[in-house]
Amino acid sequence: MFGYYFDLALRSLKRNPVLTALMVLAIGLGIGASMTMVTVLHVMSGDPLPGRSGQLYYPQLDPLPLKYQQSAYGPDPRLNFTWPDAMALVAAHRAERQAAMAGGALLVRPARTGLRPFYVDGRYATADFFAMFGVPFLRGQGWSAAEDDGRARVVVLGDTLSRKLFGTSDSVGRMVRFGDADLRVIGVTADWHPQPMFYADASSKAFGEADQFFLPLATAMDLKFDANSNQSSWASIEGDIMKSPNLTWLQVWVQLKDPAQIAAYRQFLSDYSAQQKALGRFERPPSHARLYGLMDWLGRQNLVSADVRLQLWLALGFLLVCMTNIVALLLAKFLRRSGEVSVRRALGARRRDIFLQFGIESAVIGLAGGVLGLGIAQLGLWSVRHRPDDYAHLAQMDFSMLVGTFVLAVVASVLAGLLPAWRACRVAPALQLKTL
Amino acid sequence: MTVHPIIAALKWHKAGVLLIVLQIALTLAIVSNAIFIISQRISVIQRPTGVVERDLFRVSQSFVGAPSGDDPASLDKLDALQLADLGILRQLPDVQSVAASDGMPLQGSIWVGGLALTADQKTPTSAAGLYYGDEHMRSTLGARLVAGRDFNAGEILHHTINSTVPSPVIIVSQALADKLYPHGDALGKTVYLDSKPTVIIGIVDRLQVANASTRPWVYMSVMAPVRLDGVNANYVVRAKPGRLLPAMQAARKALFAANRMRVMPDSWGIQSLTEIRDKAYRADRGMALLMGLICLILLGVTAAGIVGLTSFWVGQRHRQIGIRRALGARRIDILHYFHAENLLIAGVGVVVGAMLARGLNVWLMTQYEMARLPVTYMVTGVLAMLAIGQVAVFVPARRASLVPPVVATRAA
Repeated sequence: MFGYYFDLALRSLKRNPVLTALMVLAIGLGIGASMTMVTVLHVMSGDPLPGRSGQLYYPQLDPLPLKYQQSAYGPDPRLNFTWPDAMALVAAHRAERQAAMAGGALLVRPARTGLRPFYVDGRYATADFFAMFGVPFLRGQGWSAAEDDGRARVVVLGDTLSRKLFGTSDSVGRMVRFGDADLRVIGVTADWHPQPMFYADASSKAFGEADQFFLPLATAMDLKFDANSNQSSWASIEGDIMKSPNLTWLQVWVQLKDPAQIAAYRQFLSDYSAQQKALGRFERPPSHARLYGLMDWLGRQNLVSADVRLQLWLALGFLLVCMTNIVALLLAKFLRRSGEVSVRRALGARRRDIFLQFGIESAVIGLAGGVLGLGIAQLGLWSVRHRPDDYAHLAQMDFSMLVGTFVLAVVASVLAGLLPAWRACRVAPALQLKTL
Repeated sequence: MTVHPIIAALKWHKAGVLLIVLQIALTLAIVSNAIFIISQRISVIQRPTGVVERDLFRVSQSFVGAPSGDDPASLDKLDALQLADLGILRQLPDVQSVAASDGMPLQGSIWVGGLALTADQKTPTSAAGLYYGDEHMRSTLGARLVAGRDFNAGEILHHTINSTVPSPVIIVSQALADKLYPHGDALGKTVYLDSKPTVIIGIVDRLQVANASTRPWVYMSVMAPVRLDGVNANYVVRAKPGRLLPAMQAARKALFAANRMRVMPDSWGIQSLTEIRDKAYRADRGMALLMGLICLILLGVTAAGIVGLTSFWVGQRHRQIGIRRALGARRIDILHYFHAENLLIAGVGVVVGAMLARGLNVWLMTQYEMARLPVTYMVTGVLAMLAIGQVAVFVPARRASLVPPVVATRAA
């Protein structure tokens, strides 16, 4: 029966090639536009560290004065940590692992002749960074907590930077000049680029360039390397600005294994805040201290820009109009075949047979529209990849999106065919036969 | 022509009519809002920066091996490097004027400060974008001085961005002056920039902050008399009229000839303000283009839907048309009938659509930074939808008008 209906559908579609093309084009455009934007949204809200993200948490303290008013112009200072708080959390060692970090761009001066100095992005961090995030090492290793304390002049390079500086030879043990300091390479990581770059400061580009070097935070402070994260202060600052208790600029991540550890850590953050309040440093209640899971934290950062969301709504609205268009055309088309329907009905076809016949015809249109939509979506994604935005390079369709395109196309067209098919199967056999 | 028979005939196609009405309504709602978004983007792109954009370019570069400390010796060394560069640029034949200036409208990164009227004010009266530079900054940028004076050479400080040294004098934009002193008496007043006292000695007509922000404070700018010391140093240069490209090439060559130890890549080292503007608004242009494309396709799909559905109706009413023709209706009457029918359907569609458009606009206003949809957009949209309907219906209506009267005598 299925094959027969399929054959009927093809014949019917061939009878009005222009109309068929119009319907396939409409569904193709609607699906193509929607899937382009759904794919962009899908890659932007992905899990940056699958398998590991469930154990990673971002604590948050509230060192702001009671009277502080959040300005509409800048980001919330509480998104980051002050130097004293970050150091206290790392030193307390209450989590499985914990690390404080900040991003920086440094000038690298290659020893190799013929290569001009260039800027490269990297991260200043404390020792647990590598183990906590599972950064894969190709050679060598990270530094220890003791080297953190000793402000060791060491650096870990990303594979790309290592190759750029030293070619294929082993760079471990070699010296690299960052800014005006010489640092000894102690390890080389495979190129590691979680998307979004969840551990970076919320105001920096979440889908930007991968970090190409890592060096101890204390060393960077010692060498007065600039951090490129957002720096927010709420009081006048005396002395060393970066170590001020009134300036936030650092990120702190912790790894917690089970609910007991999570509860204990929450308690610790609350106790720490209470203690700081007792000391007169914090003014706000300890209940303001928070602990966010990685995906929850990302969800709060609104990584998906307003423009992207607007474009998604536009695409979905476009699909809706296309579907209305197809419903109208299918309705006209099916009702025009009332004569054919009534003959089939008079010959014994049940209503559900007619319904199935037209349903299959709709699905065939949907499949063709899906193929076209897939092509249009690839074209759309290609154009997204040429946009100047930082997420542009991510716009690729994975397998689930590929299948999703077809499912959406067929579901949309079958939905569009429901009303027309229902109307067609209600055709009374006798009445229509008389007019034949 | 009476409307009654048209409505009577449409009662036979309730579902089809309803769908076309819905489609026209949705299209109008989406297209009028999208066009409004496009026009807003275009007005953002076209707003003036307040500087004379022709012949202006920015030099952004880093000294390799420069000291990164903030002790006096390091600061003097950094300042000497910068002064040497400024001297070299000033000597170039195609260069009209040169200034140390960290800021340049639209270039992207921005320093923000808070301005208050009293020393102990908790919340600043206004935020402002800061331009750090020397006594030539205002004249080189070409911002028009409307009151007061420029900095003089003796007032120029030099320190790092993290320094807590206050600037005793500043020049502000008119928008900021008006915000601080609405009665227009800002000149000569002492205000507090990040809690430190400073005197307003000059007011410029208009100066956009150094990024492409759409915030209301986009014209709230402050010029501070500071050559910023740092590994990174930025200059603005005005070429002699029409000599922009030669001046940019000469600047690049001369700077590298004087000191090879610097980073000044092609991508951001030396850029004209035209290039900077182009980069700053690329995303807005892309959005406007995309929205425009979708609108065009949407209108096309709706027009095609009208053509398709009317064609079916013409086919269905073949015999009735023949009968009307046999009874004396002229071709033009049949043509008018279908045009009137479409006008009626589209008329209902645009009324519903106008309401939907307003609803969508209200929703967008709550979700995004969006203004109220002006009535002119709605009216234009309505007229455009009606016109598209009339054009779309012409082809099937013409086919209908060509049905010969003799059809009436034949069986269906």
